[in-house]
Amino acid sequence: MAEDAEPIIRIAGLVTRFGPQTVHDGVDLAVRRGEILGIVGGSGTGKSVLMRCIIGLIRPVAGTIEVFGQDIRKLDDAGWRALRRRWGVLFQDGALFSSLTVGQNVEAPLKEHTKLPPDLRREIADLKISLVGLSPEAANKYPSELSGGMRKRAGLARALALDPEILFLDEPTAGLDPIGAAAFDDLIGRLQRSLGLTVVMVTHDLDSLYAICDRIAVLIDKRVKVGTIESLMREESPWIQDYFKGPRGRAAAQTAERVEAGHRALQGTDRGTKD
Amino acid sequence: MNEAAAPTAETARDGDSLSVTLHGTWTTARIDRRAAALPRISPGGARRARLDIAAVEAIDTAGAWLIYRTIKRLREAGVEVALEGKGTITAGLIETVARHDQPYPPPPKPDNPLVALVLRLGSATIEVAKEARDLVNFLGLTLIVLTRLSFRPWRLRPVALFSHMERSGLNALPIVGLISFLVGVVLAYQGADQLARFGAQIFTVNLVGIGVLREMGILLTAIIVAGRSGSAYTAQIGTMKVNEEIDAMMVLGLDPVEILVVPRVLGLMLVMPLLAFYSDILGLAGGAVMAMATLDISLFQFVRQLNNAVPIWSFWAGIIKAPIFAFVIALVGCYEGLKVSRSAESVGRQTTRSVVESIFLVIVLDAGFSILFSVLGI
Repeated sequence: MAEDAEPIIRIAGLVTRFGPQTVHDGVDLAVRRGEILGIVGGSGTGKSVLMRCIIGLIRPVAGTIEVFGQDIRKLDDAGWRALRRRWGVLFQDGALFSSLTVGQNVEAPLKEHTKLPPDLRREIADLKISLVGLSPEAANKYPSELSGGMRKRAGLARALALDPEILFLDEPTAGLDPIGAAAFDDLIGRLQRSLGLTVVMVTHDLDSLYAICDRIAVLIDKRVKVGTIESLMREESPWIQDYFKGPRGRAAAQTAERVEAGHRALQGTDRGTKD
Repeated sequence: MNEAAAPTAETARDGDSLSVTLHGTWTTARIDRRAAALPRISPGGARRARLDIAAVEAIDTAGAWLIYRTIKRLREAGVEVALEGKGTITAGLIETVARHDQPYPPPPKPDNPLVALVLRLGSATIEVAKEARDLVNFLGLTLIVLTRLSFRPWRLRPVALFSHMERSGLNALPIVGLISFLVGVVLAYQGADQLARFGAQIFTVNLVGIGVLREMGILLTAIIVAGRSGSAYTAQIGTMKVNEEIDAMMVLGLDPVEILVVPRVLGLMLVMPLLAFYSDILGLAGGAVMAMATLDISLFQFVRQLNNAVPIWSFWAGIIKAPIFAFVIALVGCYEGLKVSRSAESVGRQTTRSVVESIFLVIVLDAGFSILFSVLGI
């Protein structure tokens, strides 16, 4: 991955405010094409708000947000429509439409945005359901019949329906058991590589950061610090120090090392799977 | 929107070999009906096929899926297929979709409509019977808790009780008053219109008096309260159920019936007679205003005729129903609230049911009262 690749999302001087409370005050962030960026921060620092700003659900007070080189504050309706089919969003609990089956949920964006004939649409939906690791039977089930982990997978299948270039994930592993969370991380990593996605994920999960994120954006003091885990560890901010060097951070680092060592032992060489 | 070239396929046949060349953008956004027909290409006696995708500008999973399906179909027809011009990314995509090609069960077929109708009728009947049984169960539970509390009245929560009385009683005054007044007006106007044909305008007072005091006052109050407070009870308790607050109460050794149901039931039973009385007065006032305006009946005449024609029992026949209707409305509201499952949409569903059920029960009970009063000769 080239370091100087053209950023796919560029945020400059972002300010958001809810009433008297300022959430972001001058956030600058660039997301590179093809990377997995994790957004972390303490509770209430505006991680989800930042994501919601990028996907246009919240209007910032000031600052520019460029996605695919277009300033989203200057887009008209047609521009938004075109933009929205180039990204997929997974909300925290899947946000599946409760009156539709999983299959119909995945078909919904295809129906709205493409000219695919119905049988091919159905096949593509089934393919996406299979891609996220759900069993064939799940396609005909309603969201209320699924477990939390399955709902997330189904939500991911819907987010992937239009073959987006960017995937936004809001706490993808929250509420999953550790095994389910690890499997979900692995799934995201594999999809990202095989479909060439750019992934922006809001997360609390240190294991996810170590396992799949290329870079981390830390929201701190209403601004963002970006870097790899190693470079962030050298920051002096006490929150970052506590975050990565606290007991949980150390445990996650050790797990990541063990997994890495396992990979090396299996493959004999480096982890050059990312091309 | 970038105007990329549409996905097209060129077919050429030469003896027993088939050659397909793909051009354009094979992506989800661009694939249309024509492009989607690619896998249905007929082998037409060909033994060998060449699929050339070197000229394809862009491809995603939808395109990869079509190419994969085409190759699969041709191979199944016994044709040797060679895929040419694929880059590493395309090859990876095709491999990915191939790995995830698994047969999916078709969506379940709906039942024969006639059978489905009978099934629905049956399950709805069973549902209603169960509901009635559970409601009677809940009635028993509430009565037990009420009896227990009557021996230990200091356990009653006065703050909750008065707060519910304020919300269901005091705050309902404007809407109950307005509607009662208007119904009084309507009743007087319609009655006057008919009775004037017999020169019996003065009996409009009888009509308004009996109608409002015995039926309209209490019935309107009950329906408004069911829509306003019964639904609120369901929504409040239901939201607490969703938030696991009810579970937390049980775990802490607090009785949800005592804390949530009793103050609502008692509070409504205490304010409902007052609301009904208020509704009676405003209904009569509406009738009086109309009588004065269109029938030249003075207020004095109206009151005297009312006094002569309407026995005090008519008033009591209306008011006596108030606490009973209140009990039913509060009971149904709380019961449906406690029946909410752990999802937000069930709050909405149970709230609707609560209103429909309590209005239904109120009207059934009212009919029962009418029969009872006529038997007793009141």
